[in-house]
Amino acid sequence: MQARQKDSLLVASVKDSLGAAVITFALACVMVGLRVDVASGRGAELFLEHRWLAVAVAVLIVFAGRLAMNIFFWKREDPPSLNLSGLMPKGGLGANSSNIIKYGLLGLAVVLPFVLMFWLGARGSRQYIDLAILVLTYVMLGWGLNIVVGLAGLLDLGYVAFYAVGAYSYALLAHYFGFSFWLCLPLAGILAAFWGIILGFPVLRLRGDYLAIVTLAFGEIIRVVLLNWYQFTGGPDGLSGIPRPSFFGLEFSRGEGGFASFFGLDYSSIHRIIFLYYLIFAMALFTNFVTMRLRRMPIGRAWEALREDEIACRALGINTTNTKLTAFALGAMFAGFAGSFFATRQGFISPESFTFLESAIILAIVVLGGLGSQIGVVIAAIVMIGGFEFFREFEEYRMLVFGMIMVVIMVWKPRGLISSRTPSVALSKNAKGISADLVQEGHG
Amino acid sequence: MDYFLQQLINGVTLGSIYGLIAIGYTMVYGIIGMINFAHGDIFMVGSFVALILIVALGITAATPVLLLILALALVLVVAMALTAVWGWTVERIAYRPLRGSFRLAPLITAIGASIALQNFVQVSQGAKNKPLQPLFSGSFQLTDGGADGSGFIVNLSYIQILIVVTTVILMGGFTYLINNTNLGRSQRACEQDRKMASLLGVNVDRTISLTFVMGASLASVAGLMFLLYYGVVDFYIGFLAGVKAFTAAVLGGIGSLPGAMLGGLLIGLIETFWSGYFSVEYKDVAAFSILAIVLIFMPEGLLGQPEVEKV
Amino acid sequence: MSTWDNNPVLKVEHLTMRFGGLTAINDLSFNIGRGDITALIGPNGAGKTTVFNCITGFYKPTEGRLVMNRSNGEKHLLERMADFKITADAKVARTFQNIRLFGGMTILENLMVAQHNPLMVASNWTVGGLLGLGGYKKSNVDAIETAKYWLERIDLIDRADAPAADLSYGDQRRLEIARAMCTGPELLCLDEPAAGLNPKESLELNNLLQYIRKEHDTSVVLIEHDMSVVMEISDHVVVLDYGVKISDGTPEFVKNDPHVIAAYLGVEDDEVDQVEEEVGIV
Ligand SMILES: Nc1ncnc2c1ncn2[C@@H]1O[C@H](COP(=O)(O)OP(=O)(O)OP(=O)(O)O)[C@@H](O)[C@H]1O
Ligand SMILES: [Mg+2]
Repeated sequence: MQARQKDSLLVASVKDSLGAAVITFALACVMVGLRVDVASGRGAELFLEHRWLAVAVAVLIVFAGRLAMNIFFWKREDPPSLNLSGLMPKGGLGANSSNIIKYGLLGLAVVLPFVLMFWLGARGSRQYIDLAILVLTYVMLGWGLNIVVGLAGLLDLGYVAFYAVGAYSYALLAHYFGFSFWLCLPLAGILAAFWGIILGFPVLRLRGDYLAIVTLAFGEIIRVVLLNWYQFTGGPDGLSGIPRPSFFGLEFSRGEGGFASFFGLDYSSIHRIIFLYYLIFAMALFTNFVTMRLRRMPIGRAWEALREDEIACRALGINTTNTKLTAFALGAMFAGFAGSFFATRQGFISPESFTFLESAIILAIVVLGGLGSQIGVVIAAIVMIGGFEFFREFEEYRMLVFGMIMVVIMVWKPRGLISSRTPSVALSKNAKGISADLVQEGHG
Repeated sequence: MDYFLQQLINGVTLGSIYGLIAIGYTMVYGIIGMINFAHGDIFMVGSFVALILIVALGITAATPVLLLILALALVLVVAMALTAVWGWTVERIAYRPLRGSFRLAPLITAIGASIALQNFVQVSQGAKNKPLQPLFSGSFQLTDGGADGSGFIVNLSYIQILIVVTTVILMGGFTYLINNTNLGRSQRACEQDRKMASLLGVNVDRTISLTFVMGASLASVAGLMFLLYYGVVDFYIGFLAGVKAFTAAVLGGIGSLPGAMLGGLLIGLIETFWSGYFSVEYKDVAAFSILAIVLIFMPEGLLGQPEVEKV
Repeated sequence: MSTWDNNPVLKVEHLTMRFGGLTAINDLSFNIGRGDITALIGPNGAGKTTVFNCITGFYKPTEGRLVMNRSNGEKHLLERMADFKITADAKVARTFQNIRLFGGMTILENLMVAQHNPLMVASNWTVGGLLGLGGYKKSNVDAIETAKYWLERIDLIDRADAPAADLSYGDQRRLEIARAMCTGPELLCLDEPAAGLNPKESLELNNLLQYIRKEHDTSVVLIEHDMSVVMEISDHVVVLDYGVKISDGTPEFVKNDPHVIAAYLGVEDDEVDQVEEEVGIV
């Protein structure tokens, strides 16, 4: 009996693996096995390159891998397909461990540039501080979008449009009026919020997916306009020579009157990088501070209530249109701040930086982090953006892996990494987090 | 007037392509209520498969007409089959494990799958444009441009006829399939109430898989048509075509097959007329603005069913 | 002239609601007396929930007027107001036939959301609260006190920090009523509050409603199928059938009205006389 069962398991596994191998072959035979290319020299004729070995390897790997999984891992008559969620530990991080992570990360972020400088020297640390700036920018964007998607439950696929509005506002204001960064920063936020209201007003009564697709369309419209309004925005060439920020009026330049000479330091380009790091760090913290405070106020509670049940909100006398608009505008405002930071850091912007992919990445950070969870956004941003940059050597395969990772993490943890909601107000001191299974995701 | 006629012909051709893609969106949305973001990229994969098969079979403009048609039919069938496998795989890996999970998760995996597919093709086929020499160059001249030859010559090319005819045939076939077969019935049952359908013995997973398979194979037809019409593909064509086809599906009323076709035609026409009369640069803006306007004032689309909010 | 006609808190006048070809309510007029518990009864599909939806602005009536007389003398024409304004300004609150709580939020949070409007004012529309200005802190504490008051009334004070979705069905029903009361209503509309409750919970509900009527300046109108509940707590009963009012009066009166009996037993109109004879009225 024992032996027979073993046998049938083996047979079933082999059959299943053969099936997977056949599928792999069907997928790969044309798209991998043959590569169409343009011949140089013989006109624009197309020719084929053969890579049958690659196909064979792919098929073999899938067959062997699936067989091994079937026999040693799943050990079942009817092996489940890619069902990672069943294999991985259930539930998110608890409130306690997330507290430790929170303060740990905060402390690390405060000292990071100096640790890196001490460890790697000014030259060696530059690339890592740059990366940290990038991660923090995404953290800030993620926190901004978290207000819209995570708290208010409004699905926004065109968030990058407001990032673009912020960046272009600063670049254009500086270009035409010579305004400084510190003046433009609030203006950029206000302009982005203004656009958020203008775009939000007509569309916010749409439900879920429709709202998503309209916001995507608006994002693309703004990008196309930036791309084609050549006289004003520089079109595809973008805008360059955007002024760098100053440290309370001190430029980060060599020589008299610069930051370095004022403080009696030797000039080094790393000063500006470190300054930018703390600038975005402060901006991100500000975003978080405002959001956390708002969550405990009537408006924040109304956002979350809206996500839970819009009809009940209306029955409680809440003006849902205004409530949605404030969420939309506030999210847009933070994107606008981040955008003007982006412009001043790069010194150059073009529509290419504001594609749909960017919106998708920010949304992915919010969802992977766990909707509505601030610390989740940080972890997701570090994993996604940090991980992404570390794969720089594999330039070609980077985005491919990125896309696949997005799928895998989501399948593994559909509710995101941190999936518990902290109550905004509590009677007892040790109120527990609310499991994400109870929390709604919004319909509008 | 002649110029108008030409734009009309071009618009209908483009609209047919959008319509074929839009059907995939509409069917999937109808049955599992998600935007299959990767569908545009399935279309792109389909056009690559078709291109590779055409090159592999050595089809050129020099091939005798009858043979050319037969070979293209073969390409069509094989491309439909292989692309269907791609569609099936995406569903199996990225969507099925999340069935019944919360709404945003499959949206994110769909975006992930879209990114992965795009970059897979970029890696495996290279980032360069792939131009294909036109296979049919002939056309009917509908007007002669006036006695002095200064007027506008309206062309109806063979390829345009081929595209529209193929689309009409496929549309008819699929409508028949949905309306009159067991599969179509299961599909509609799942649309109404998936749990109940499964309790009544409908194999829900299989029905959904088949929906993806059908959507993907229609997208590959669109891919072939796109290739023959424009004569060039690259790994990025899926995004824009996908968004516009989704626009078409929404415009026509999501969940409705004739709606998808109608929406496709309208988007195709709007885009060509806008390019023809106003500006080529802003043609996408026109299409997206229409989408926004339709959704705001008529969220159920042209042929969709209005949704009542029951309290 | 009955008491509810002398001093109505809400006058429903010639209310008609059509959905395409379907006339869900047809020329319906009745009054809801101030301080009364009014019951709206009728067979399934009679249009009771639709009446509530018209009163609370979720549906715009096809025809008719809905006049809300607030105790401070203000008059509001509900058919012209947006749904959230009806709660905010006209002070009409409601619950739903299928409970609509904010399941992922705690019980306390549910009650705080209900006090949104006064808190928004206290926080100067967020600006003041964000900057820590003004009396927001105090208002917030007051709001928590109000919530606690209601939590004690419905016996859920110990579970204040638990998610609402975790509550049992009966508790959820009572929480929904408490949440509606936190908006400070003068008219409270309850859609089948006793549906699905066990006898003990049903009794608690009765007590809660009596308490609300006695201690607060709130009139109650409720939809109910259970006649024993209706007879026990209501002062005034309105009976609907196919969107038409077939009876209106005291519980005693309605109980013996042959039209009501006919409607509930499912008899054609022209057979009413026969039924009346059988029942022994006339
Ligand atoms: N939004 C709507 N669109 C179309 N018809 C509706 C709508 N809302 C209600 N109806 C119809 O109006 C009629 C009355 O419905 P309503 O829900 O008011 O009945 P009810 O008296 O509350 O019944 P129950 O006791 O079952 O709750 C029904 O025929 C219903 O189908
Ligand atoms: Mg009802």
